[in-house]
Amino acid sequence: MSGSTIIFYLLAALTLVSGLLSVITRIIFRAAIYLLFSLIGIAGIYFWLQYEFIAAVQIVVYVGGIVVLIIFSIFLTQQAGELLPKQKLGRQLFSALAAFCGLALVMLQLVQHTFTTTSNTPIEPTVANIGAQMLGIDQNGFALPFEIVSILLLAALIGCIVIALKSKLENNL
Amino acid sequence: MQPGLYHILFISTVLFFIGVFGFFTRRNLVTMLMSIELILNSVNLNFITFNKYVWPNKLDGLFFTIFVIAIAAAEAAVAIAIIINLYRTHQSIDVENAEEMKF
Repeated sequence: MSGSTIIFYLLAALTLVSGLLSVITRIIFRAAIYLLFSLIGIAGIYFWLQYEFIAAVQIVVYVGGIVVLIIFSIFLTQQAGELLPKQKLGRQLFSALAAFCGLALVMLQLVQHTFTTTSNTPIEPTVANIGAQMLGIDQNGFALPFEIVSILLLAALIGCIVIALKSKLENNL
Repeated sequence: MQPGLYHILFISTVLFFIGVFGFFTRRNLVTMLMSIELILNSVNLNFITFNKYVWPNKLDGLFFTIFVIAIAAAEAAVAIAIIINLYRTHQSIDVENAEEMKF
């Protein structure tokens, strides 16, 4: 086994184990920290695949943004040190069964299917290539989705402000 | 054996159903949001893997991943604003306690 293979399996184990712990732990703050490690493991897999830009975006947006936001909301909404209530055993069993059946179905399809790869020359996922295609307006360009996402982000920004201000406005009226 | 397409697809499938399991069992809105993040990340991993191993001559999977990350960030921000607003009115973020809109 080469070093690259060992690193891959370590990253896979980190991702899956901390992902599983994140959904089964009963301490909500620990769930957020396990989620953080799972996301870091996925960023490591992106680095392993040599998609450095996506790995950097993953770390900046998910690890630096969303998880911090989630931790803030835990601090704002949760009594410290309180365990999450225990779920009914029947619900847990049903959920595990449903998840396992879905997993078995997808894995069965995956094992039976063979993917054909193209023999064309690969494009390097460098920042220059990504940027040129992202803002391109030719046939392969992604300028229109880029603009739509920027409008969506603006709408989300305004929506967050409106939702957060609501009770304050009602108090003033 | 050198890890390849199937290994990463296995990881993303397992991660997706871990997220589904969490979404089914959890009754706290913040932890349900965490499960959704896990699901979205497994989808991103899928896109990147297919881009790397099946269509290396294009960057389309990478762009889908970038857009999914942007939309996930917006979704998390709006969801947390709603959760905090719900906590103000109900003093709880348990889905069992927020059922006025249930028909």
